[in-house]
Amino acid sequence: MSVDQKMDSGRRNLLLATSAVGGVAAVATAVPFVASLTPSERAKAAGAPVEVDVSKLAPGEMMVAEWRGKPVWALRRTPEMLASLDKTEDKVTDPDSDVPQQPDYAKNKHRSINPEYLIAVGICTHLGCSPSEKFKIGAESGMGTDWPGGFFCPCHGSLFDLAGRVYKSMPAPTNLEIPPHKYLADTTILVGDDGKA
Amino acid sequence: MTTKSQAVLNWIDERFPLTSSIKGHLTEYYAPKNFNFWYFFGSLALLALVIQILTGIFLVMHYKPDASLNAAGVPVAFASVEYIMREVPGGWLIRYLHSTGASAFFIVVYLHMFRGLLYGSYRKPRELIWIFGTLIFLALMAEAFMGYLLPWGQMSFWGAQVIVNLFSAIPVIGPDLSLVIRGDFVVSDATLNRFFSFHVIAVPLVLIGLVAAHIIALHEVGSNNPDGVEIKKKKDANGIPLDGIPFHPYYTVKDIVGVVVFLFFFSAVVFFAPEGGGYFLEYNNFIPADPLKTPPHIAPVWYFTPFYSILRAVTYPLFGLDAKFWGVVAMGASVVIIAFLPWLDRSPVKSMRYKGPIFKFAVFVFIICFFILGYLGVLPVSPGRTLVSQICSVLYFAFFLLMPWYSKIDKCKAEPERVNFK
Amino acid sequence: MKMRVINFIKRAAAVLLFAPALAIGAGATLHLDKAPVSTEPAALQHGAKLFVNYCLNCHSASYVRYNQLTNIGLSEQMIRDNLLFAGDKVGDLMRVAMTRDDSKVWFGAPPPDLSVIARARASGDGSGADWLYTYLRQFYRDPARPSGWNNVIFENVGMPHALWELQGEQVAKVSDNADGTKHFELSLAKPGKLSIEEYDKSIADLVSFLVWMGEPVAEKRKSIGTFVLIFLAGFFVLAYALKKNYWKDIH
Repeated sequence: MSVDQKMDSGRRNLLLATSAVGGVAAVATAVPFVASLTPSERAKAAGAPVEVDVSKLAPGEMMVAEWRGKPVWALRRTPEMLASLDKTEDKVTDPDSDVPQQPDYAKNKHRSINPEYLIAVGICTHLGCSPSEKFKIGAESGMGTDWPGGFFCPCHGSLFDLAGRVYKSMPAPTNLEIPPHKYLADTTILVGDDGKA
Repeated sequence: MTTKSQAVLNWIDERFPLTSSIKGHLTEYYAPKNFNFWYFFGSLALLALVIQILTGIFLVMHYKPDASLNAAGVPVAFASVEYIMREVPGGWLIRYLHSTGASAFFIVVYLHMFRGLLYGSYRKPRELIWIFGTLIFLALMAEAFMGYLLPWGQMSFWGAQVIVNLFSAIPVIGPDLSLVIRGDFVVSDATLNRFFSFHVIAVPLVLIGLVAAHIIALHEVGSNNPDGVEIKKKKDANGIPLDGIPFHPYYTVKDIVGVVVFLFFFSAVVFFAPEGGGYFLEYNNFIPADPLKTPPHIAPVWYFTPFYSILRAVTYPLFGLDAKFWGVVAMGASVVIIAFLPWLDRSPVKSMRYKGPIFKFAVFVFIICFFILGYLGVLPVSPGRTLVSQICSVLYFAFFLLMPWYSKIDKCKAEPERVNFK
Repeated sequence: MKMRVINFIKRAAAVLLFAPALAIGAGATLHLDKAPVSTEPAALQHGAKLFVNYCLNCHSASYVRYNQLTNIGLSEQMIRDNLLFAGDKVGDLMRVAMTRDDSKVWFGAPPPDLSVIARARASGDGSGADWLYTYLRQFYRDPARPSGWNNVIFENVGMPHALWELQGEQVAKVSDNADGTKHFELSLAKPGKLSIEEYDKSIADLVSFLVWMGEPVAEKRKSIGTFVLIFLAGFFVLAYALKKNYWKDIH
């Protein structure tokens, strides 16, 4: 068929219709193939919510659980640790947690449901290393006399306070992620499922 | 076409034969206008290849070629196939498309080869197309055989064990050859992994290369047709064959119909009978491979059965070499002899439409024997069945070996000058 | 004309000559009862309960996840309450604690995984469901066997009759047929907790569950298939019309 031949309308309509139906068939065929790339039942089961029992935590102590292959911190904060959050208010980039790094119920100063326990994903929001605990105040942590306690990421030096909020002018851009979670009992937390869709 | 897109096209054409290829192979490639039902199967074979490659790519994302036992005591390879069937979204469909696709590929290829037999498509100047085709058939058999080991079921394992052991029948190099093929003293994890490599990349590359050569050779001389008449002998003032029509749009649009009909029957099997009555997905293969327990009845997949029957039909030793060896020779010869058809057929006419009664009868007997051999191949041996398969094997070879004689003495009709087209 | 007749006779002879040969040596066939397979959620749930209580102690179903049972109408909570052993999570695979080596020693052969048993047991004699339905109802007492049990269609099976409490104890009167095969006459020596009809119905439910387990996606597969075939039929009409339109130019 050369370029200048005009196609009769019947033929053009048939061509259009057949192409449209063929296109639908092609998309429908692509669906299972693309679907097969999404997480399988095995991956979903491995990523299932995890129960964390914090009953054995002493005040000021932290434990690490695993959820979806990531470290999840459970820190039992002392009243002093909670008080330090006021001191770090003007040192952190996002004191009110405006950036959505946490579920709605953790959008508060202590970034948790229960102020006593911080549940956070222990991965620095810069490039993915896991920050270290620097809970001791001042020079004892090796962090300088002004240090109110918090976390220090060894890879590029990002600092976080005891609610996981990132300090200003750090390589890390945002606060630590708070995972969806809910309390099954006073000291049992289900990480990965908060009952909301 | 806008001047902008024309400019882009020109830029490409100055550096790559895009427009000339489209013209040479599609819009100005002239095919005979009298193609019938038998001429669908070439494009359908290409479709089958595409289906197998596409589904294969996605299966390999989840399949694991590992014969060791997992925590539940099941071979990892077998478990990974069930993982695909149950846990990968859409995995069941991709698996059934691939398993049905393998059988569909052989049905289509056998019908495609039969067309060649019917219309003398192997005759000069198309001998090379036919030789490439035979090589494709051999590569396809290897591909299917190795692919069948991968699910690591009882039939996979024992079928492979039997066939690889056949190679040990070859004198002098046999046992070492089997060892090299297996990578072990019995079919094992080593065999599984190398068959995986061959099935996923090595043989598909060979297949793609051979298919390309097959089509290039075809386009060099042009297609045959049901009347066996060379359309290039009668051309018009512009050099276009009088009985030729451009492949695109006429055969593209016709082949789309063929594809839709094929997909209809293909989907009917995939969605309603994926096991194919136990022939496409064999029942025994739902049992994980057990090297210590031979199933009572080992049979190859249906598409190998005619050749397997010929193998089993040879029961006499000769020249000090045992029947096992001669069986392998006979089986190999039964496939390779197909390549010689261009030189065996001495008939003055190409197409069955103009051949005499002897050739027609010979083809009839050949097809009947092929089906009987195929049927016998799924059954266990018995003295009666062995005798029948021996008779059929002799007739199978006689079809080829006596052809130079009976195709010469046959009384043929005159070929027409122009094709028959209604 | 004469040639045609001769040809026809030749062809007929060729076909007739070969036909009897194909019947030679047909193998011994099993007589299997037809299994009443159901896809109703109630039947499948009953089957699941029987499976977990009577089979899962020795036989794993290691490709099946407990939470896949939501597809037969159970909620995750119901699965947790009724079907999980202690320590199992609803996302776990249905595995057993018994190792292969132990089971081989205890039973002579490791109890096979049952995930795809309904597909594996199909044959020319009947479907896998038919085999399982027959097998589970044809155990009989046999003091000569280590387990005390034998089975009509699986001679000298290592498996004891796990459901004997429900069926009761059958005994077999064995005699020889004319062709050398054995003839079994089963009778119920001691009744079990269920009547014969109730037991048969329970086995039907259990087999239905095993069929479901063999391919959980079967119903979905068929319903998608219906849609695909209808779509392709419609597409054929369009494609054929398109072909006819172009080919009217060719003479």
